[in-house]
Amino acid sequence: MSKIIANNLNLWYSAFHALKSINLAFEEKRITAIIGPSGCGKSTLLRVFNRMNDLIEGVRLEGEARIDSENILGGNFDDLVRLRKKVGMVFQRPNPFPLSVYENITFGLKVHHLAKKKDFDAIVQEALESVMLWKDLKDKLRKNALGLSLEQKQRLCIARCIAVKPDILLMDEPCSALDPQATLKIEELMQKLKKDYTIVIVTHSMQQAARVSDDAGFMLLGELVEFGKTVQVFTAPKDKRTEEYITGRYG
Amino acid sequence: MKTTTKQKIAFSILFLCTIIVVLPVLFVLGVIIKNGAKGISWQFLTTMPSDGMRQGGIYPAIVGTLYLVSLSIVFSLPVGVMAAIYLNEYAKDNLLTRLIRLAIVNLAGVSSVVYGLFGLALFVTFMKFGVSILSGALTLAIMNLPVIITASREALASVPYSFREVSLSLGLSRWQTIRHSVLPFAIPGILTGAILSLARAAGETAPILFTVAAFYLPNLPVSVFDQAMALPYHLYIISTQIPNISIQTRYATAFVLVGIVFTMNIIAVILRSRLRKKKKW
Repeated sequence: MSKIIANNLNLWYSAFHALKSINLAFEEKRITAIIGPSGCGKSTLLRVFNRMNDLIEGVRLEGEARIDSENILGGNFDDLVRLRKKVGMVFQRPNPFPLSVYENITFGLKVHHLAKKKDFDAIVQEALESVMLWKDLKDKLRKNALGLSLEQKQRLCIARCIAVKPDILLMDEPCSALDPQATLKIEELMQKLKKDYTIVIVTHSMQQAARVSDDAGFMLLGELVEFGKTVQVFTAPKDKRTEEYITGRYG
Repeated sequence: MKTTTKQKIAFSILFLCTIIVVLPVLFVLGVIIKNGAKGISWQFLTTMPSDGMRQGGIYPAIVGTLYLVSLSIVFSLPVGVMAAIYLNEYAKDNLLTRLIRLAIVNLAGVSSVVYGLFGLALFVTFMKFGVSILSGALTLAIMNLPVIITASREALASVPYSFREVSLSLGLSRWQTIRHSVLPFAIPGILTGAILSLARAAGETAPILFTVAAFYLPNLPVSVFDQAMALPYHLYIISTQIPNISIQTRYATAFVLVGIVFTMNIIAVILRSRLRKKKKW
């Protein structure tokens, strides 16, 4: 059974048809990349899986999106809190709270009462270790997170997300604010995180998708044009439009 | 004429206009300090007036103003902040909320004597609180609501959208998001607005004229249903109603009133500049 499944998924922003009959299945503990030109609906698709599109007025959804076989778009599904704890999100711009490193990581724990105060130290260490920040920051836990480098901030945001113990990480162009070196390091981190998490990454960089992902989907004008193993999508695309995009003749 | 000459003239005019803004403030302060500073003494600040208010101190007026200002903020801050949260975080943009916003803008422009009459009609007469600290504080609170709502909304709106987005994505409900991810970062701005509104309340005469202010009271008020003396009204009385009072006493009273308002404003300015330095998100 796939971790994330979409069946005939459609989404409209008022009258604009942004996602058109999407069918897909993302596998557990793999990295799936979604590529495509700007405005193709890849971020919108990502935000279906933690229902962040709910925030936008005039959004209408049809079809099914299943996570662990539970339809999160069903009429009787209303536990957004449980969903979003299970499905974490990393955003385009690193967005730590203007609080200390420590408080950023314990933010979700405190509000959700997920752990006792005495266990916080251990959880902070574990979260920072899993994003390879512990060595750099173990003496700076009380420093304001706004003083970190962009790359450290993005790692911290991933740690903040991980501390809530999700299964799935949705990453919305997580490296687009970073320089190439920092990008490579975040990609390394993703490879490490894949052991424990199912990762879906939206990226405008085809090179990044090729480097980092196991499976890849190509979107164009709201359609999922092609979906398959990354190697296959990049070396032997079945659809002509995918080939044109990958070879740089499109978009 | 040469371009540079034109520019010089333009900048000189702009500079003069700026100076014109500052001059009255300096002048007022200068006169008050020059004539009033000598009248300030510990005794002046802490004793009751005597000899038909020609002698003694202004203690009850200071106490009355502090009572009024603190009680008014107890009413206006919670209501104002909650209204601001509703308008900024929950309310959809429809006809009703647009009307509410329009009402707030207009309330801010209503003259203070109208608030005084309103307070007289509603709190003193209709709700039977009588001429009392409670009526006066409620009247001041209503006068201050638009200021507090506007300042609080600006403070809330300056918290980046991304804070809300992250917070929701971590599984917080909308209410938890407001409590944990928005309000804490808006509080300095809200406080600044609240202090500025307090300073205004401390200096106003018209709203308290019919609702609380007493000409002279031999004792300090003991409950919120008592009348009280207040600095701005006291100043008005000793300046217009009492003959043969020394100029120095009048100026010293003005000095105290302006001093209180100024101190509050300066606290607000410091708070705001600290906030600006901290706020780099």
